[in-house]
Amino acid sequence: MPPTFHPDSIGLVTPQTAHFDEPLALDCGRSLADYEMVYETYGTPNADRSNAVLICHALSGDHHVAGYHDEDDPGKPGWWDNCIGPGKPIDTRDFFVVCCNNLGGCKGSTGPTAINPDNRKPYGPDFPIVTVKDWVRSQARLADQLGIAQWAAVIGGSLGGMQAMQWAITFPERIRHSLVIAAAPRLSAQNIAFNEVARQAILSDPDFHHGHYYEFGVVPRRGLMLARMLGHITYLSDEGMRAKFGRELREGKMNFNFNFDTEFQVESYLRHQGHAFVDRFDANTYLLITKTLDYFDPAADFDEDLSAAFHRTQAHFLVIAFTSDWRFAPARSREIVRALVRAGREVSYAEIPSEYGHDAFLMPIPLYHEVLRGYLTRVAREVSADAA
Amino acid sequence: MRPELELISEWIRPGARVLDLGCGDGALLAYLREHRQVSGYGLEIDSANMLQCIQAGVNVIHADLEAGLADFGDSSFDYVIMTQTLQAVRQTEALLDEMLRVGRQGVVTFPNFGFWRCRAQIALQGLMPVVKTLPYQWYDTPNIHLFTLRDFEQLCRRKRIDILQRTVLDHAHRPRLGPRLWPNLLGEIALYRLGRA
Repeated sequence: MPPTFHPDSIGLVTPQTAHFDEPLALDCGRSLADYEMVYETYGTPNADRSNAVLICHALSGDHHVAGYHDEDDPGKPGWWDNCIGPGKPIDTRDFFVVCCNNLGGCKGSTGPTAINPDNRKPYGPDFPIVTVKDWVRSQARLADQLGIAQWAAVIGGSLGGMQAMQWAITFPERIRHSLVIAAAPRLSAQNIAFNEVARQAILSDPDFHHGHYYEFGVVPRRGLMLARMLGHITYLSDEGMRAKFGRELREGKMNFNFNFDTEFQVESYLRHQGHAFVDRFDANTYLLITKTLDYFDPAADFDEDLSAAFHRTQAHFLVIAFTSDWRFAPARSREIVRALVRAGREVSYAEIPSEYGHDAFLMPIPLYHEVLRGYLTRVAREVSADAA
Repeated sequence: MRPELELISEWIRPGARVLDLGCGDGALLAYLREHRQVSGYGLEIDSANMLQCIQAGVNVIHADLEAGLADFGDSSFDYVIMTQTLQAVRQTEALLDEMLRVGRQGVVTFPNFGFWRCRAQIALQGLMPVVKTLPYQWYDTPNIHLFTLRDFEQLCRRKRIDILQRTVLDHAHRPRLGPRLWPNLLGEIALYRLGRA
């Protein structure tokens, strides 16, 4: 029986792998001699590939953004499937959509789980720290390979939004529109503090073995799970958690037990999220990407002046924030907007009412999706007018 | 609305940088962009209006003007425009100051409460006026500061704001003879271009 997917679904998709043998110099001073990047594409490129859109993933995301890998398991589409597809806000009838797993990741692109050519063992903690700028450079090489001279848009939420911002700064002429969603111009001390607790959870797990756990046939499950549980609390809002879980008890009553079994629904939710994450994510990648987040600071290259960083950009910007997001609160997005206005750049800003906290950027909130759709409809019109 | 856009547009230098406070659906900015090649942004608090701006390709910043214009630097715009908004904000005086801090010039339009029909309705009927330019009942009106041309000009004098230009219109935004001769009595809509030395 042929697979049946909803008409607005991309349907079945297949990841591809790009090989790069020209060394990539990294911000940390080291370089990757050769590396691979896995990516997916949806939609059809136009003649000059000017309808290409890059989606950048966040901490725990990957290249599988939309559609399904397995026709027998239609329950698990890509992480932003509600936004990408024919007729969806990022409309694959208009755009050729590209998303890659970033370097340092654990879903197929070269990262800590890959084999280090120097010693034929997994890199583990010896994998170089990569920055958002490194990612953007590696994505530019992928664009070269795919014959994409300029992105119609680079779009990302959270850490993905930071990449969209960095793209406009690093390659002003290769990006027409930068969509920066639920992001920040750099992490606050509080953000870094949360990352540090997550890292300590992993580092202090006896199964961590200084990052060489692959050789011991174990994974620091408890540490990674704790890190994810902590992360999840920062992705939700107080009101959102109250609405979703309240103080609901799993067995309907308090047991006054001292064994700390899950009693409240929120406990069981967090444990479930933690467990599920351990099975699909690598602890070294988690450590690495939290550092990537901590180091992101485009203003640092411009005397701490963010608007100076935007002076050379040519892209038009759409900045979106969500009211209940306290990880990267609307005030952080407004810092970006203020810097763009001071630099005289084209920018629009939408502040979407939502109680989903930071996670809102993944939710099909009607106003949010209408803003994306409205903006991208114009981008599509612009692209086809240029192509004509 | 169109004639008002045209009149404002005549006051705007081509290529200027413009900030439109309470930009609504972005019609004025779109018009100025087309006819005066301006660049700039609109500030708008209403989500539906913000969405319309995005759909129209007008730069919009989804924000509350009542929170002030702290995000914008001194004299960072050639013009700060406020059409039919001044009467609906709480911080009227502070916003006028902010306007002339951020903009080299300000453009303001508002309904004239001194229009003879308003006076007549209060004087003869003893009721809060309901006229074409102020169509709301007292209990559901967004217009919380009602004032006349003379009120406004008195405030400008007191605050040392220079009135650079004034046009007074009827409710259909036509600059007719009556409003020109007796602006505070026959004018229904006032347009001012302001500056501060």
